[in-house]
Amino acid sequence: MEPVAIRTEELGKRYGKITALAGLTMSIPAGDVFGFLGPNGAGKTTAVKLLLGLARPTSGEGWVLGAPLSDRAAHRRARRGVGYLPELFRYQHWLSAREVLRVHCELIGLDHATWDAEIKDALGLVGLADRADDRVGGYSKGMQQRLGLGVALLGRPALVLLDEPTSALDPVGRHDVREVIRALKDRGTTVFLNSHLLTEVEQVCDRVAIVDNGRVIQVGTLDELLTTDAVRLRATGLENGAHDALRAFGELQSEGEWIVVRGIAADRVPDLVRAVVERGGRVYAVEPRHESLEDRFLSLLEKPHP
Amino acid sequence: MTPVRGLVIARLVIREAARRRLLLALLVLTLVVIALTGWGFSRIPTITQRGAPLPDLQVKLLASQFLIVTMFMFSFVLAMAAVFVASPQISGDVESGTALAILSRPIGRAEFVGGKWLGLAALVTIYAGSAAAIELGVVNAVVGYIPPEPLSFIAFVIMTFALLLSTRLSGMVGGVIALVLFGIAWIGGIVGGIGVAFDNAGITHVGTATKLILPTDGLWRGAVYALEPQAFVASGSQAGPAAAANPFYASAAAPLSFELYVAGWMVLVFALAVISFRAREA
Repeated sequence: MEPVAIRTEELGKRYGKITALAGLTMSIPAGDVFGFLGPNGAGKTTAVKLLLGLARPTSGEGWVLGAPLSDRAAHRRARRGVGYLPELFRYQHWLSAREVLRVHCELIGLDHATWDAEIKDALGLVGLADRADDRVGGYSKGMQQRLGLGVALLGRPALVLLDEPTSALDPVGRHDVREVIRALKDRGTTVFLNSHLLTEVEQVCDRVAIVDNGRVIQVGTLDELLTTDAVRLRATGLENGAHDALRAFGELQSEGEWIVVRGIAADRVPDLVRAVVERGGRVYAVEPRHESLEDRFLSLLEKPHP
Repeated sequence: MTPVRGLVIARLVIREAARRRLLLALLVLTLVVIALTGWGFSRIPTITQRGAPLPDLQVKLLASQFLIVTMFMFSFVLAMAAVFVASPQISGDVESGTALAILSRPIGRAEFVGGKWLGLAALVTIYAGSAAAIELGVVNAVVGYIPPEPLSFIAFVIMTFALLLSTRLSGMVGGVIALVLFGIAWIGGIVGGIGVAFDNAGITHVGTATKLILPTDGLWRGAVYALEPQAFVASGSQAGPAAAANPFYASAAAPLSFELYVAGWMVLVFALAVISFRAREA
């Protein structure tokens, strides 16, 4: 398996005067569940379409499973190992789910002998086994989404791109999709999850890129992204005036028994605890303060980025 | 490039026509038309003139005229159906998002367009072949067997053209454009005939130009010729070039050079469709 599943360098797409994607540079290690987060119109779907060869970039280059986008033949071969669930899609509504899956087995080029097993697996994984022979035209939106996910999983692809996979699903469906993503991770599949649903990303992704206006403005593990230079500390019995002394460590804020110190370097946290104890404090808890992804997301989007 | 994936697309085109009952509708309506025209043909020999039955030659001429008009209707229906089915083939898939799931597979744009063309060609062949064969079978007793192939070619031409439009335009727009051009080509053939009749080079060239831009009328003339009994062609020749303006008459079979031109035309239009779709975002 390739060490890097997706790599892009200054990948861009312009439509006349409109810039849909402005120089996307990123690298996704194989086996990662990668969240691609951004507000509507940030260029998320454009990026996915470029990676799949559904649209041609106007600048930069990208590699999918090692194949460059500019080499159409190599990229086409590489797509054998890629599954894709589009955001807005329809399958042939005059076919049954099983027939749609058969068409895709054939399009991938899977060995005919494996089709039945592949289809059974996919139907079971997305919970459509008992409706497999119904026409897709009679499916609810959620069922179509499940079928789409099943299509994307056919042939055990090395890379799966999911574009807003839970947008049409109820809470049970969302839970199921998260389970599918976790199962994919266990198999070693790289998952590229395009979403604006932060809780979803928070629950399943190893690494996250936040995009806005077609640019990655931050990329990293969730821990890196959400850990801030603040610490929360629960202490009782502090003598009067202790707060003034503690201000030397950073910006102080009291929340009942909790004290939040912002702007403190990690190696000074033990010193902070000692200072609290020296001033009569009994320390019950010290924890790094995590921002919620939502707060982080909003604060990043508000900041003017370079 | 594996041609197999193109065949998947071709089979989908045929399956859609069958599943959505397009083939059934065409088949039922065609059988009704054939039954009606068959009855008409059976009445021709019973026509009497001043109490006496028509001479055999006249029966044959009448039958051939009736057959040509019937076949014209068939070619028109076939061309219309081909346009309606071909126009949304690619644009419809792109608009509905069906194309996203297919084109993200290891399939090239040329295979996709090629598969669509093959599927449409198969539909046209199935329909035109069976409809013409039944109709001709019904009138066989009157005018003898005539090969139906020219009709399919008209549909191939208009279908290839509609498929090209479908790579860029919505089914509605592409369909209207293809039909209007089909009409213009037909009128162009008549105008060209008038040019020949009045020995007017300018008007003749207009006719020739439309024949080359969309060669459906030229093929229709070839089909008509195949349906005419020799006696009729002989009398037409005596009428001189004036008969050239009659859209239901042809004085000669389509020359081989024209047939080759049509084949080249289709290859070119198909290539344009592939190039156009390659540059289109799915």
